[in-house]
Amino acid sequence: MKEPATNTKPRTRPFMLRRIDLLVSPVVLIALVAVWHFVTVRFAIPIFILPPPLDVWQSLVAGFSVGPFDRSGFLYHAGVTFAEAGLGFFLGSLVGIVLGFIVASSKLIERVAIPYIVAFQSLPKVALAPLLVIWFGFGYEGKVVITSVITFFPLLINSIAGYHSVDPDRIDLARSCNASSLQILWKIILPSSLPYIFAGLNIASVLAILGAIVGEFVGAQSGLGMLLMQYNQSMQIAPVFAVLFILALGGFLANSAIRALERRLCFWAQRSAPVAEA
Amino acid sequence: MYPDVAEVAQSVDSTSSIIEARDVTKRYAASSGEVVALDGVSFDVRDGEFISLVGPSGCGKSTLLKILAGLLPYSGGTIKRSGAPLKGPGSDVGMVFQTPVLLPWRTIIENVLLPTEFRRLNSDSYLQRARDLLALVGLAGFENRYPHELSGGMQQRASIVRALVQDPPILLMDEPFGALDAMTREQMNVELLRIWNQNRKTVVFVTHSIAESVFLADRVFVMTARPGQIAEVIDIDLPRPRELSMINTEHFGRYATRIRALLHSKGDLS
Ligand SMILES: Nc1ncnc2c1ncn2[C@@H]1O[C@H](COP(=O)(O)OP(=O)(O)OP(=O)(O)O)[C@@H](O)[C@H]1O
Ligand SMILES: [Mg+2]
Repeated sequence: MKEPATNTKPRTRPFMLRRIDLLVSPVVLIALVAVWHFVTVRFAIPIFILPPPLDVWQSLVAGFSVGPFDRSGFLYHAGVTFAEAGLGFFLGSLVGIVLGFIVASSKLIERVAIPYIVAFQSLPKVALAPLLVIWFGFGYEGKVVITSVITFFPLLINSIAGYHSVDPDRIDLARSCNASSLQILWKIILPSSLPYIFAGLNIASVLAILGAIVGEFVGAQSGLGMLLMQYNQSMQIAPVFAVLFILALGGFLANSAIRALERRLCFWAQRSAPVAEA
Repeated sequence: MYPDVAEVAQSVDSTSSIIEARDVTKRYAASSGEVVALDGVSFDVRDGEFISLVGPSGCGKSTLLKILAGLLPYSGGTIKRSGAPLKGPGSDVGMVFQTPVLLPWRTIIENVLLPTEFRRLNSDSYLQRARDLLALVGLAGFENRYPHELSGGMQQRASIVRALVQDPPILLMDEPFGALDAMTREQMNVELLRIWNQNRKTVVFVTHSIAESVFLADRVFVMTARPGQIAEVIDIDLPRPRELSMINTEHFGRYATRIRALLHSKGDLS
């Protein structure tokens, strides 16, 4: 029997078909690991160039088998790095949003500030890392500062753009209802700018981990970046891969959390996945 | 910002005028010098009257409406609204914009109650009125939908409800149906008159459409550009309630022809 041709408007394909990607992704992972394993064994690649996946796995298991306060385990150092990244991300984003709104709210401030913003933005922020070690020492403070500086810019730029994107009619509407400036900021401007702010947060969530790692490279007593340097120097490449894996996973989880929050708060904005723009 | 009102012309009969404008001028500072958007505009709007404001693009209709709403400072002249000198926005005015301007993160009912929220009134006490008004415009059952789930016409009706929720005596509408297709637009006109008939607000309705202006109004203010002035006020002596069939009558056609002639004689073709 023939089905009616056009009567399939509201597509309700089974979940397994709609989210076929959830099935394909793990398959791709397994295939990649298999190829990796095959290559290392078949071509007898030295273990200090590319360790086989099993070695990396063993290193991960060993690293995670000790408690979170044991300096010989991964949990401790991952905790340090992600705490630095998280705190820097939080501070940098917050200051970026607040300053972005302040800059955008006044033509004068904006005109004065833009050249500085552009000049500072074109400076590679990681180049500040050595200086920050001198200022803040080898502790976590310098890492938080550099992470803040790195995450600050995407949020500054995006919240300025977000502020300017607000439909002036929305502001007129609020004013016609005797809204106070604070009400306009809180109930009109901030929510209207959220899609832009989230585009900034998406970028910043990736940059935050980069900032913490670079900070640790330059000088640190703990953290995954410091571990990487140590393992590298002693040619222990399997744990290097293990740490890289932890970093990738951490970045992925952080970014997923941001996106989940975005879907909740900006459900009304039909925006395709943001392209990096900072 | 708002000029002193000490010398409002007393000679004019202001017994039942809800809006009195005298010699209102508005100059914008533009990059190319100064733009005179309004040049000595004077008029009265009586309580409960439906006024249409027609004119070519750029003649200052939106400017005038924003000034009346208290959203825009004016450069000269005096304005009284609801018997008091105009001091800014107030709850005696509801504003409807060309686009619905609904906040997409709020449901329809939350959007409609926004004015009461901004004025820190108890929203709950307006809830029933909001529901009734939504029902009146055919949006019963859509209270908890989000704006993007509604058609353009439905959104604009919700925005009219938002303007009416505090029962303001004055309704200012800036080309509210300009973005709608011709058929929806006619329906909205009929519906607007039905709402107006039920609670007799004073309405100032800006439009580009000559037919719309005649169909809706008690009086049509015809504006001309450069500088923005009211060229003529035309009394529309058509019976109410108005019906769409009237648009094809000769009487209606004469008003439309008259307005068209006025607009064209000033060299403004829009
Ligand atoms: N913010 C502004 N700065 C400078 N000039 C302005 C500004 N707003 C409006 N104008 C000018 O004032 C004049 C009147 O503008 P207005 O928006 O009131 O016209 P309008 O009659 O509503 O036009 P339309 O029918 O196209 O909406 C125009 O010449 C316009 O260029
Ligand atoms: Mg206009």
